[in-house]
Amino acid sequence: MHHLTLVKLPIVLCFLLTGACAFAAPAFEDSMAQRTLACTACHGPEGRAGPDGYFPRIAGKPAGYLYNQLLNFRDGRRHYGLMTRLLDPLSDAYLQEMAGYFASLDLPYPAAPPSTAKPELLNRGRLLALRGDPAKNIPACVQCHGLALTGVVPNTPGLLGLPRDYLNSQLGAWINGQRRAHAPDCMAQIAKQLAPEDLSAVATWLAAQPPPANPRPAASLAQAPRIACGSAALPAGRQQP
Amino acid sequence: MKRVAGVLVLLLLMLLAGVVGVWMLNLRAADRSDHLPIASPPAAGSATRGAYLARAGNCMTCHTERGGAAYAGGRSIETPFGSVYTSNLTPDAQTGIGSWSAAHFWRAMHHGRSRDGRLLYPAFPYTSYTQVTRTDSDAIFDYLRTLAPVQRANTAHRLRWPYSTQAALAAWRALYFTPGGYQPEPRQTAEWNRGAYLVQGLGHCAACHSARNALGASRALTDLSGGLIPMQNWYAPSLVSPAEAGVADWDTGHVIALLQTGATPRATVLGPMAEVVLHSTQYLSAADLAAMAVYLKALPQAEPDPAPPAPVAVGARVAERGAKLYGEHCVQCHGGQGLGVPGAYPPLAGNRAVNLPVTANLVQVVLHGGYPPATTGNPRPFGMPPYALLLSEADVAAVLTHIRGSWGNRGQPVTELAVTQQRGVTPP
Repeated sequence: MHHLTLVKLPIVLCFLLTGACAFAAPAFEDSMAQRTLACTACHGPEGRAGPDGYFPRIAGKPAGYLYNQLLNFRDGRRHYGLMTRLLDPLSDAYLQEMAGYFASLDLPYPAAPPSTAKPELLNRGRLLALRGDPAKNIPACVQCHGLALTGVVPNTPGLLGLPRDYLNSQLGAWINGQRRAHAPDCMAQIAKQLAPEDLSAVATWLAAQPPPANPRPAASLAQAPRIACGSAALPAGRQQP
Repeated sequence: MKRVAGVLVLLLLMLLAGVVGVWMLNLRAADRSDHLPIASPPAAGSATRGAYLARAGNCMTCHTERGGAAYAGGRSIETPFGSVYTSNLTPDAQTGIGSWSAAHFWRAMHHGRSRDGRLLYPAFPYTSYTQVTRTDSDAIFDYLRTLAPVQRANTAHRLRWPYSTQAALAAWRALYFTPGGYQPEPRQTAEWNRGAYLVQGLGHCAACHSARNALGASRALTDLSGGLIPMQNWYAPSLVSPAEAGVADWDTGHVIALLQTGATPRATVLGPMAEVVLHSTQYLSAADLAAMAVYLKALPQAEPDPAPPAPVAVGARVAERGAKLYGEHCVQCHGGQGLGVPGAYPPLAGNRAVNLPVTANLVQVVLHGGYPPATTGNPRPFGMPPYALLLSEADVAAVLTHIRGSWGNRGQPVTELAVTQQRGVTPP
């Protein structure tokens, strides 16, 4: 009895002295949401994206894609110090669970920001995304990322709902080798074939697209892609998420 | 004229004697391993034991580049003297240790000299490994020979002159290195001696938990009184101080649990020690962990500071700012009374890591966040978010000052300068 009173004393005092108490007891739940607070600090609540366009949305991305990216950061194929330091002490199995958690979040997308880009640029971007440019050996985005560009399970990310700056910087990073994927690194091959104006066009068009009614990644592709892409071997005994 | 010539000759002779002396000191107890044949394939039992011992020595962590093949080397070890690159330990004949014999390997482990006799940099902790027995060294060698050979030529070190020279190394070794060998302490139990052997030898705990001097030399292997890890700016707390990380009054079970899982009710490991638990100590047998715990618990503890520094008054504005920031960013997990949530979020009230005189670790954790290691015993740890992008240096200083002055904590305030310095050396 005495013990309880002593524990509560500071809280009681706090109310008496200030009338309101900012120090509420922590609402703790044993959940993946709690375990990934280190992620959502930058990637926004529930992984909906950070406010400044630099930290992309991770909610609802295919689990295999997210898992591959976690390994890419940990193993030096992508570079961001804060990510690497957080991932270093974690196991493959735990990273896969985190990837699965964010993949399972089915949250609405915000509307795309209005684009002030010139119609010619948007047209060129649309053409590249939907048809590609066979003369330059550039496949259409939809060939791998799905007809609705919402990605394909398990490993291919959606391309909508991402800021233009983010798309630009990722394609640029692929060109200069700062972003790599498991071999064969298909996206590096494609990015290196993109002329600067084409890169800008496709990023601008993608960023201007309204989010689709169904933002979930497609279950499969109608036609097998003509280009091979690598991804991580799964931790021993694990099923593809 | 004659006198000047005489003095010059004398000086030259003294110099020569000095050089010979340094060289002789470097060859103490050296054996001639140059022309020994490579041993026949080892017995399976030896390699299995070697795999375990390599875990105890945490060899793979340094001898593996980020994203690279295990044991193929190439990781840079940053030192105040430049970068030392770890070597390829796979049995590749050209680039690894495929042409080494067990005696060559013993020479590296015990004498700190390579196959060709070259002196090795003590970033390879042979100052500790010299305690390891020949049998254990041979077992590790036998294990390394079972790995798949990886062709990766060793990267040349990038050290400033004169540290880049063998002469500088010879002088350093004459000052700070004597080939040793663990001498059992007959008045102690076999368990204590096993713990001492592991802590002082393969565990190379003193590499971090002992302060290094200006030339990068640690104090004695038995000195675990804490030290700032050069370049990384993490402080490895004293294992002989009840106020830091001494475990004399801990349950043995908690010491074992910390090394096995990374988390206990009394402490959680982060940063470089998380790496040690993740890659090394979690794999050690219960008996070996118990032996280490017995040894660590028995370390003579330093007397508490008889006159701790008087608390420094904190200005009202900093105090208010710190309390406000705590309410915005910390209270959700660590609670209004700094009690945390058992098993998930560490308490801040009364936490020794919060009250350390050296504030490097606190600043690291607030700026960069971090997870304890995901071990078999604690596979899904909770993590701390990074605040490097959210809080200014003044904010970090204020909130840490608030934490170090609340709920009975008695840590000195953290200055904005300390945070700035830390951010400067460890960019995100």
